[in-house]
Amino acid sequence: MLTAEERQEIEAEMARYPTKEAVCIDAMKIVQRHRGWVSDDGIRDIGELLGMSPADLDGVATFYNLIFRKPVGRHVIMLCDSVSCWIMGYDRLRAHLTGRLGIRFGETTPDNRCTLLPIVCLGACEGAPAMTIDNNLHVNLDPDKIDKLLEECK
Amino acid sequence: MTLEKPLTKDIPQDGRGLDLEGYQRADGYQALRKALRNMTPQKVQEEVKDSGLRGRGGAGFSTGTKWSFTPMGADAPRPKYVIANADEMEPGTFKDRYLMEGNPHGLIEGMILAGYANQSDVAYIFVRGEYKLSQERLARALAEAYSAGYLGKKILDSDYSLEMYLHVSAGRYMCGEETGLLNALEGKRANPRAKPPFPPVSGLFGKPTIVNNVETLANVPHIINHGAAWFQSLSRTKDAGTKLYGASGKVKRPGLWELPMGSTMREVVEDHAGGMLDGLRFRGALPGGASTDFLTEQHLDVPLDFTEVQKVGSRLGTGTMVVLDDQTCPVGMTRNLIHFFAQESCGWCTPCWSGLNWAEQILDALEDGGGKPGDMEKLEFQTKFWDPSHTFCALAPGAAEPLQSALKYFHEDFERHITEKGCPFRS
Repeated sequence: MLTAEERQEIEAEMARYPTKEAVCIDAMKIVQRHRGWVSDDGIRDIGELLGMSPADLDGVATFYNLIFRKPVGRHVIMLCDSVSCWIMGYDRLRAHLTGRLGIRFGETTPDNRCTLLPIVCLGACEGAPAMTIDNNLHVNLDPDKIDKLLEECK
Repeated sequence: MTLEKPLTKDIPQDGRGLDLEGYQRADGYQALRKALRNMTPQKVQEEVKDSGLRGRGGAGFSTGTKWSFTPMGADAPRPKYVIANADEMEPGTFKDRYLMEGNPHGLIEGMILAGYANQSDVAYIFVRGEYKLSQERLARALAEAYSAGYLGKKILDSDYSLEMYLHVSAGRYMCGEETGLLNALEGKRANPRAKPPFPPVSGLFGKPTIVNNVETLANVPHIINHGAAWFQSLSRTKDAGTKLYGASGKVKRPGLWELPMGSTMREVVEDHAGGMLDGLRFRGALPGGASTDFLTEQHLDVPLDFTEVQKVGSRLGTGTMVVLDDQTCPVGMTRNLIHFFAQESCGWCTPCWSGLNWAEQILDALEDGGGKPGDMEKLEFQTKFWDPSHTFCALAPGAAEPLQSALKYFHEDFERHITEKGCPFRS
């Protein structure tokens, strides 16, 4: 069941669009913000409010890479793998990050601390290589800087 | 003569965004007052058309012409929509982020003017999810604009009303494609739509919809304030205005500069970006993001505008270039680009989802030592299927551009990957 807070936030979005269906992406983001990810229960809860089938919602959810249909760790790290960052040393940073965390892209550390994902161009090419941690941007990365940032991920 | 930089001159250098007070001090919202008091919607459309403003998202279509397709008058379907495409996700591109963070009101005023010109009722700013600072600054600016009476019912006591909302996307490059964006706003997968009908006639929820890029819209207040002739005088070539040019890759000072339209790659790379890092030579560049053909040393003095870049076989695109140096592998760079397009294909058109994956596998093999004679011909063959007559949208045609030009300009590097069984740059 949607919490009162989730429901209230989703209903506030409804005022901005002429159809209920149009709110579904925002609704999934709202549920994700509260629960960390969008589970099958989350999909069902949203579907009931918006009058959409779980299949329709899942079709939308799986299209968008910022909607998580699997649990993620306390911190989500997204390393830019697009062209400017690749030129500026993405391969080395990827090797460093996967080594430090002991996981590959798409995985979460066993202590549930970090999930590591690739991301397309973050629009920070003047500061390449770049990544985000919990949607906060970090630029001009090198292995030392990454180590310091990882220390802050508790 | 000092260079005129209408888009960036008022952006504080210390990283703070321009708030409403600062924007108003810099003549902000004067164009809106002028239009609402003294200009009909048709007159605003004409001024923008006469200015020669062309779409800064990459396609370069005349903004005024796009607007002229909107059904006007009492019989026009309602509500009509105006949308800012702020889903900047073209690899190598970071210009719209700079404008939204630095001067969010400039975009908002441009959107209200576009809304007035097309008599739109509702506006959405479609911003990508990763642009957190842009979202914060736009949200604050929207609140400021509403409380100052620039948005909402009867704007500045005129008869014109416009509601404007911020939509934060949940990802995918396809959302930047005009009709994919419309589907995303409707809560669907961002697949492209068949055209015609074009969005100005039938767009969001089937209603007339104008979709313009952030930089395009940010130019509109200045055109209304200073006129079409002034806007044309900013440029060195026939394509009017200034342009935000950028450079990334192994240059000394990667960054972004507002320069007269028609500035050259040599000026951007050598004068503004400070040249290549020590010990490296310039080998080529994607002039305007991932989906533009490589240009090389012979093109350094080509004026970077829509018309002239097209004459030498590429596109201005977003105007933010990605520079290739002589110690970075052009085959590896092309593999990275094709990986991006293959991943971001929405799966709607077969030449795109199938062909891009096939090409990526060949490029992987070339880089990893499994390249075979005939691979280049196979890649060349694939690009022929990625043209606009075979696909609904410009994703695959965009992917063809860096690949076909890499095969042309870096032919020997591809050969060496086959004969030397791997990437010669990795040794």
